[in-house]
Amino acid sequence: MEIEDPRPVPEPVLLQVPPPSTGLRPASLQQPDLPLTDPSVLSAPIMLQVERLNLFYGDKQALSDIHLKVARNSVMSFIGPSGCGKSTLLRCLNRMNDLIDDVRVQGRVLLGDTDIYAPETDVIALRKRAGMVFQKSNPFPKSIFENVAYGLRIQGQSDRNLLEEAVERSLKGAGLWDEVKDRLKDSAQGLSGGQQQRLCIARALAVRPEIILMDEPCSALDPIATARVEELILELKREFTIVIVTHNMQQAARVSDHTAFFWMGKLIETDLTEKMFTNPRQRMTEDYITGRFG
Amino acid sequence: MRRMTERLRQGGVFVWFSGTLLAFCLAMILCLVGFIAAKGMGYFWPSPLVQVQTPEGPVLGEITGQEPARGEETAKTQFRVGNRDIYGQDFRWLPTASLATPKCPKDALLIERLEYGPFIGRIVSLSHEGHLVATGPAAMSGALDRLPETNRVRRHIQSIEKGQVGDLNRRIERIRLARRKLETRGDIAALQALDTRTAQLQTTYDQVQTSLEQSRAEAKAWTLGLQTVDGQDKELPLGSVVRIVPANAMGLLDKLGVYLSRLWEFVADDPRESNTEGGIFPAIFGTVMMVLVMSVLVVPLGVITALYLREYARQGWLVRAVRVAVNNLAGVPSIVFGVFGLGFFVYGLGGSIDQLFFADSLPTPTYGTGGILWASLTLALLTVPVVVVATEEALGAVARSQREASLAMGATKWQTLWNVVIPSSTPGILTGLILAIARGAGEVAPLMLTGVVKLAPSMPLDGTFPFLHLDRKFMHLGFHIYDVGFQSPNSEAAKPMVFMASFLLLVVVVVLNLFALNLRRKLRARLGGSTF
Repeated sequence: MEIEDPRPVPEPVLLQVPPPSTGLRPASLQQPDLPLTDPSVLSAPIMLQVERLNLFYGDKQALSDIHLKVARNSVMSFIGPSGCGKSTLLRCLNRMNDLIDDVRVQGRVLLGDTDIYAPETDVIALRKRAGMVFQKSNPFPKSIFENVAYGLRIQGQSDRNLLEEAVERSLKGAGLWDEVKDRLKDSAQGLSGGQQQRLCIARALAVRPEIILMDEPCSALDPIATARVEELILELKREFTIVIVTHNMQQAARVSDHTAFFWMGKLIETDLTEKMFTNPRQRMTEDYITGRFG
Repeated sequence: MRRMTERLRQGGVFVWFSGTLLAFCLAMILCLVGFIAAKGMGYFWPSPLVQVQTPEGPVLGEITGQEPARGEETAKTQFRVGNRDIYGQDFRWLPTASLATPKCPKDALLIERLEYGPFIGRIVSLSHEGHLVATGPAAMSGALDRLPETNRVRRHIQSIEKGQVGDLNRRIERIRLARRKLETRGDIAALQALDTRTAQLQTTYDQVQTSLEQSRAEAKAWTLGLQTVDGQDKELPLGSVVRIVPANAMGLLDKLGVYLSRLWEFVADDPRESNTEGGIFPAIFGTVMMVLVMSVLVVPLGVITALYLREYARQGWLVRAVRVAVNNLAGVPSIVFGVFGLGFFVYGLGGSIDQLFFADSLPTPTYGTGGILWASLTLALLTVPVVVVATEEALGAVARSQREASLAMGATKWQTLWNVVIPSSTPGILTGLILAIARGAGEVAPLMLTGVVKLAPSMPLDGTFPFLHLDRKFMHLGFHIYDVGFQSPNSEAAKPMVFMASFLLLVVVVVLNLFALNLRRKLRARLGGSTF
């Protein structure tokens, strides 16, 4: 059920683009081929901006012509059926797709002022600015303390006091401090699934990223643990910008300010979450949200 | 018929079949270990001394073998009669039919001594500096009383010979080399300083020698008068007696005492009589030492190779070819590695090292001859494929999510490898090391070319600076088995030693493996017991 896109794939604009400006870019708004974007997004400062992004696995195109903006201190959720490219897009945002052979990316992704696909961009520095939480909790086989301190340690930080401070702050930020403060030296793999996931969030917080990317963070958790992580996301919003991929429509409705709906590698619609769930503009979005397909 | 096919389909038969085969394999292994242990361990138990009357005269000894009648050959019994200095041989075959009235005389003795194997016979007298002190049973109890003291003196002499004298000799040799260098330069003042130093050392040397002479005289002061069963007399200084075993007059506890003391001597002492008697401690030590040095060399070599192959190299036909080549390296006969080690390490590398750093002592080679370093390096090369394969598997088994977690934190590839991937693969790497130890500890052929000797004068690890002497030759249990069993002048007497040394080699390999297994268990526990 391929939907033909009559528009030509735009040329890659990797290098010839002028230095990115912050804030509003009304020119791009007026482009008629942009997906519908809620104007209220643009009233807040933009944290992340994706322009004309195309991604290929070998010959197969996995993302086509994605335009997207994420406002600072907001939660953006990506929804869509399996294989629609939402996780692929998320992994474009911290260049985790670099690890896969055969991937080609065209277009531009701006994190703050940095074009993350520009040749002079340091991937390592970029990933420090964009923390990531994975579908399956993946703590290292180290102690709880060392897990959280990992990001700082690889940055060369060895001052014990500083590390302890950062670990406490991050664990508190992830709502895990009271549960583990007496056993920081124990192995992280002795924690429960929900605790492990929150530990992974704490680990990401420790390096003070600007944006946190979450790839279905609750799909392996029970409802209680899920509720805790969702609460946490709402709290973290005050300090960070969050992009979350989810299969769970209720979750998207509960935690996110904006929602983007993907289908077959295309961004179909993006809007304020309440608007999208009550009054979607596209027929396809409505069908997906109401469970008629997908 | 239907029931039969039904049974086959359910596979119950195959469970039994595979279970039986497993049991068979286990039985074979147990049989091997049990056989070797029984053959070796029994050797130390004091067996009764049997006296028989033959047409040629009386014979006294331990019964060591029986041969049934076959065709024209009559049944024969093998006696270990000892007294090689008197009879010329240790063993005698006698026709079983002629053995009338076997007796076990209470006063028959087996005397273990430093030379010519055991004496079997009786003590008739005990003298001190030529004066008769006691005769008959009194001489025997007197000898038993004096024995611990003379043994102590002998040990003292040995330790001085090995320790102080050896040390002094090495120092004098070092001064001689320094002297040669200075002579070419013509540094008179330094030469004089060296001369005074040599004179000092010479004085110490003379003092030690005098005290040694005294001890030796002391050891020779007491003499035993011995008599064989057929009436030949023999004088033996008490100083060269190791142990007196009145086998027929001993109770079970006494025998156990002798057994344990012999076992301890075997494990903890130096060999005597071209390795057919005494202990095999240097061989045990050499084996363990060589395996340890090999482990230290093989782990970094194998792990770094595997890291590159798995993590950095672009996976293509070249890497596949390299991997096949590495795996095939494991199939190369070990003697080929020995030849390579001799040509490349000993002559090539060792020769160059001697030219560069030890030119003073040439033409005597330092590293340009076989030594524990070269032997260990050769074995490391031999076992590196095992470590590479095991490490590659371990690296591949580290969960992708772990690597991604680290990379997403902003870690570089190297930081990810060092902090996450390698720690998680250490149990797998240790599995490789365990296999490498199992293979390396049992190899003999390449060692014979690269540094193993029949008898090493000094150990590769001792109290003289720099303590670890990787250039020294060493003894090895595997080679010891071969040497004692096949190269010994008295192989019949050495047969039990072969079994015992084999058993000890097994024990050493098992102990080394247990050590590595324990290490792996601890690491796994720390890693949360997840993978592997």
